[in-house]
Amino acid sequence: MASAHPVLLVATRKGAWLLHGDTGRQHWRLDGPHFLGQIINHLVLDPRNGRTLLAAVSTGHLGPTLFRSADLGASWQEAARPPAFATTADGSGRSVKHTFWLEPGPASEPEVWYAGTSPQGLFRSADGGDTWAPFSCLNDDPTFREWMGTEQDGTPDGPKLHSIQIDPRDPQHLYIAMSGGGVHESTDGGRSFTPLLDGLAVVEGFDRNTPTFHDPHCVRLCPTLPDRLYQQNHCGIYRLDRPATTWQRIGDNMPAEVGDIGFPLVLHPRDPDTLWVFPMNGDTVWPRTSPDGKPAAYRSRNGGASWQRQDHGLPAEQAWWTVKRQAMCADTEATLGLYVGTTSGELWASRDEGDSWQCLARHLPEIYALSIGYPQT
Amino acid sequence: MRVLIPSPLHDYTHAPRVDANGDTLGALLDDLDRQFPGIRFRMVDEQGQIRRHMRCFIGGVQIFSLAHALDGADEVLFVQALSGG
Repeated sequence: MASAHPVLLVATRKGAWLLHGDTGRQHWRLDGPHFLGQIINHLVLDPRNGRTLLAAVSTGHLGPTLFRSADLGASWQEAARPPAFATTADGSGRSVKHTFWLEPGPASEPEVWYAGTSPQGLFRSADGGDTWAPFSCLNDDPTFREWMGTEQDGTPDGPKLHSIQIDPRDPQHLYIAMSGGGVHESTDGGRSFTPLLDGLAVVEGFDRNTPTFHDPHCVRLCPTLPDRLYQQNHCGIYRLDRPATTWQRIGDNMPAEVGDIGFPLVLHPRDPDTLWVFPMNGDTVWPRTSPDGKPAAYRSRNGGASWQRQDHGLPAEQAWWTVKRQAMCADTEATLGLYVGTTSGELWASRDEGDSWQCLARHLPEIYALSIGYPQT
Repeated sequence: MRVLIPSPLHDYTHAPRVDANGDTLGALLDDLDRQFPGIRFRMVDEQGQIRRHMRCFIGGVQIFSLAHALDGADEVLFVQALSGG
C-alpha cells in the first residue's frame, strides 16, 4: 500500500536530493546528494507502484542517460537503452542532449513511461524505463521538424518537448508541448498530432498561426476533469475546455502590476477549478525574477476568473529568484501541500494550500524540478 | 590495446586504464560498451559523432572518425575537455 509519508524529489543542476516527510509534513529529512555534479532534469516516482524511481541524468560533458532505482535511491541502475533519435546514414539526424520530462503512462499500462527531450523528441518505454524508443511521427516528420525551429529558437539550455499529458480515460489521447513549437494533441496513440493553438498570443510581430512561434511553458490536464487544460506560456495564462479548441486567457484576471508571465502551473488533484501559478518579471529583457523582488504564488479557486496573492512567510523584499516550469508541485493530502524550488537553491513548502510558506532547505544547487511521491510500504 | 578513460567515466570502468580491442575506433568503442554497458552512448551520440567535449588521441593525433583504423596502435587516449561552472 502507498505510504502516508511523502517524499519530495528534488532535481537540480548539480545532483538530486530526496526529502522524506513525516505523516504531518512537519519534519523532513534530507537525503543526498545523489549523482553529485550531474545535471538532473527530472526525478519521478512511479505513482502506479510507488517503487520505480526514474532520474533523467546528464552532464555538460557526457551523453545523456537515465537511471532507475527500486529502493528510493539506495542503489541505481542505468537504463539499458536511453532515449536516442533514429540514426541516419547521411548524418542529418539529431542527437538527444538531455531528457527533460518524464511522464508515467496510464494506470492501464503499468510499465509504460514517456519522455520528452532536448532537442524536441518524444520517446516511450514499455518496460518500466529500461529501454526507450522514438515514439510517433513527431520526431522525424519534416513539418514538425520545421515547427520545432532551430537551436537558436529554443530556451537557453536547448529547445525541449515537455508537458506530456495523457487522458486518464483513454491512453490513445494525449497532449504534448514544445518550447518552441506549440501545443499538440493526438487522438490515435501518438501516430499523429494536431496543433492546438487558437486563441494563444505570441510575441508581437510574429505570426500566431505558425507553431514555431508558440512557447508553452507548462501545460496541465485536470485529472478529475480531463476535458480541461490549463497553460502557462510565454505570453500569459490560459484555459481550454474541450471540445472547444480556442484557449481563453484567464491571465487577464491577474493584477496588472504582476502580470501573467511565469513558468510553473500546478493543479489541485481533485478540484478542477483550483490552480496555482508563480509569476515572474517578463518585462523588457526578461529578468525572469520575482516581480519587484517579492515572490508570491497566485491561486485561483474559480478556474482563473479571479486570483489571490499568497506570500505569507515568503521573503517580503529583495528576493530575486524565480521558479522553473517543473519546480513547483502539489501533494495529494486532504489539505493540499505545495512545494516550490527556486533558482537560488531554496525549497519552500506550504501545508495549507499556499496560505503560508516555510523554508525546508537552503543552499542547494539551482533547482530544476520537484515532484512528490508516496512510496509503497 | 590499452585505453585511457577520463575520470567522468570511471563510474563505468572503476579504473583509469582498461584493455579493449577492435580494428577501428568504432569497434573498440563497441568492445568497451560490451565490457562496461552504457559507456559508449556517453562518449558517442546516436549519429556516430564523438561527443562535443570528448577528445580521442592516437599517437598524438586527434581522431574524429569512428571508421579510423587502429592498425598498429597500442594505446588510445580518451580525454575530457572540461568547461563551464
